[in-house]
Amino acid sequence: MTWFKRQSGELDTSGEKKVRTEGLWVKCESCRQIIWKKDLEENLNVCPKCDKHFRIDARTRLANLLDDNQYEVFDADLVSTDPLKFVDLKAYSSRLKQAQADTGLKDAVINARGKLNGRPVVISAMEYAFIGGSMGAVVGEVITRAIEHATDSKAPIIIVSASGGARMMEGAISLMQLAKISAALARLDEANVPYISVLTDPTTGGVTASFAMLGDLNIAEPGALIGFAGPRVIEQTIRQKLPQGFQRSEFLLEHGMLDAVVHRRQMKAYIARALEFMDQSSVVRRQSSA
Amino acid sequence: MKAVPAVANPALVVTSADFLLSMVEARWTARNGDGSKMETGIRAQQELEKIEQQIAKLQAAPGQNEETRGQIQQLRDRIHALRQQVSLHRNAWEKTELARHPQRPYTLDYVERIFTDWSEIHGDRGFADDPAIVCGMARFHGEDVMVIGHQKARDTKQKVYRNFGMPNPEGYRKALRAMKIAEKWGRPVLTFVDTPGAYPGLGAEERGQAEAIARNLREMARLRVPIITTITGEGGSGGALAIAVADRVLMMENTIYSVISPEGCASIMWRDATKKDLAAQALHITAKDLSELGCIDDIVPEPEGGAHLDHEAAAALLDEALVKHFAQVRALPAAELVASRYNKFRHMAQFLQVEA
Ligand SMILES: [Zn+2]
Repeated sequence: MTWFKRQSGELDTSGEKKVRTEGLWVKCESCRQIIWKKDLEENLNVCPKCDKHFRIDARTRLANLLDDNQYEVFDADLVSTDPLKFVDLKAYSSRLKQAQADTGLKDAVINARGKLNGRPVVISAMEYAFIGGSMGAVVGEVITRAIEHATDSKAPIIIVSASGGARMMEGAISLMQLAKISAALARLDEANVPYISVLTDPTTGGVTASFAMLGDLNIAEPGALIGFAGPRVIEQTIRQKLPQGFQRSEFLLEHGMLDAVVHRRQMKAYIARALEFMDQSSVVRRQSSA
Repeated sequence: MKAVPAVANPALVVTSADFLLSMVEARWTARNGDGSKMETGIRAQQELEKIEQQIAKLQAAPGQNEETRGQIQQLRDRIHALRQQVSLHRNAWEKTELARHPQRPYTLDYVERIFTDWSEIHGDRGFADDPAIVCGMARFHGEDVMVIGHQKARDTKQKVYRNFGMPNPEGYRKALRAMKIAEKWGRPVLTFVDTPGAYPGLGAEERGQAEAIARNLREMARLRVPIITTITGEGGSGGALAIAVADRVLMMENTIYSVISPEGCASIMWRDATKKDLAAQALHITAKDLSELGCIDDIVPEPEGGAHLDHEAAAALLDEALVKHFAQVRALPAAELVASRYNKFRHMAQFLQVEA
């Protein structure tokens, strides 16, 4: 349940690590081709050569999913109290300040209200660049509020996950957010309001072990790392090499853990179709006309 | 009963115990208040146990005079006093060691002492039976209840069988199945948590460890019967929480509940697993910490020195706490119960609202 992978001794807090930026050109880590940056962006940050899905930030996510890039952000005013006054080699409070300066966000998620193919929806989009998208009290509260808002307004909710899991610098408080959000999802379920969980690279730890796996539909982008334990922890535990493609979207699909793996270009259409299917007003209409 | 052999020289045993005890006392007094000698409390505890064993042997032997008996009592009083000192100053890492003590009572030890009419139920109806979690019907002071708990073991073969108390998805699915049975027949659920965490294995991932935990969290939140959870040892992250979304969450005095193990946190944040004592402190994982953070409802006292020293006394203290909370939650109608459980977890939040 940790929020980042250990690499090269540095904290992986940049969601953009895989994109090597040298001016106008980007090298794709997957196919090693040099791509013109503008081509990549016009292609929704998917490699035009090999289809690798680059990580994108929460705002880009909202722009991709909501009509005309029009939406209203809510609950953006919550900040962490650093409840444990956590200090390791660095103070958590200074990590927070740094992340806030880097992302322009107060914490690792954005709540938005907008329309998806004309249908009012609520979206919570996680921001991996904010301390590995980790979930502390603020992320837990913001997502819970989005779910409660969806429950009350009967607007479908889409949660786009990108997170290393619970934020250890808020200790047990972070852990309790798993229970809190899952409890809110139980109420949403009872109110018959649709919930689409979109899992993107990476979704691991406590986020996977709570709301990311509890959608009416759980769908993922291709090639996303999705799991409970991190690959390194598993390797150390079982003392053997992990198979190719382990814990990637396609692996989860094969093992029955996902409803679909959906290309970024088709994501909005797929969600729109699902929401149409789940729309109760059309059920009532058809029943009454029968 | 075996005949107890006479002790060759009682005076020598007393003198040696007195000497050893003085050493422990001196080291404890010289203990550095700034936490730089964090291991001392654990060592003191272990040495006190050894001295106590010697005295017990002497006491059990026949043919002591009045003087020896008096000396033994004095030694016992000193051990008692020092133990109280040690337990008052136990830090987070020392609690971690106690929470993991191999002689601590495990779920089935409590089942034996607190419940009657135990009938175990097995399997997730999908893949396997996971011995790392035990479930069963039982009676608690005459009332039918469902008992669910992580199960650790003491010898190597059993440890492997129980997978060191680390469940696979099947364990969580079995637990949920047991809870649904309890709900259907209106029986309260009592869970006992003692796990390093959910098992981080290849098969566990393939079979949906995350999904199994997530589903339990959601379904426990709306279960229409009372749930009481006790952390009896290690509360290891999501693997613990997956059977701990309860109306009452109790922690025994020397247990921990954490989002990550102190070692895991140390190796990530300090890049040095030996900084586990610092990590344990920073993570706020003791019963007192969790109570202050508002994440648990009560702390259950343990017998002097810890539950591992006296299973009977530990079970009696836990029983007393369970009786109290059981009566409270049993009285609530289902709708009210579910609503107050929701509100409890809903308010586990700490944040500031600022200008956006
Ligand atoms: Zn490529």
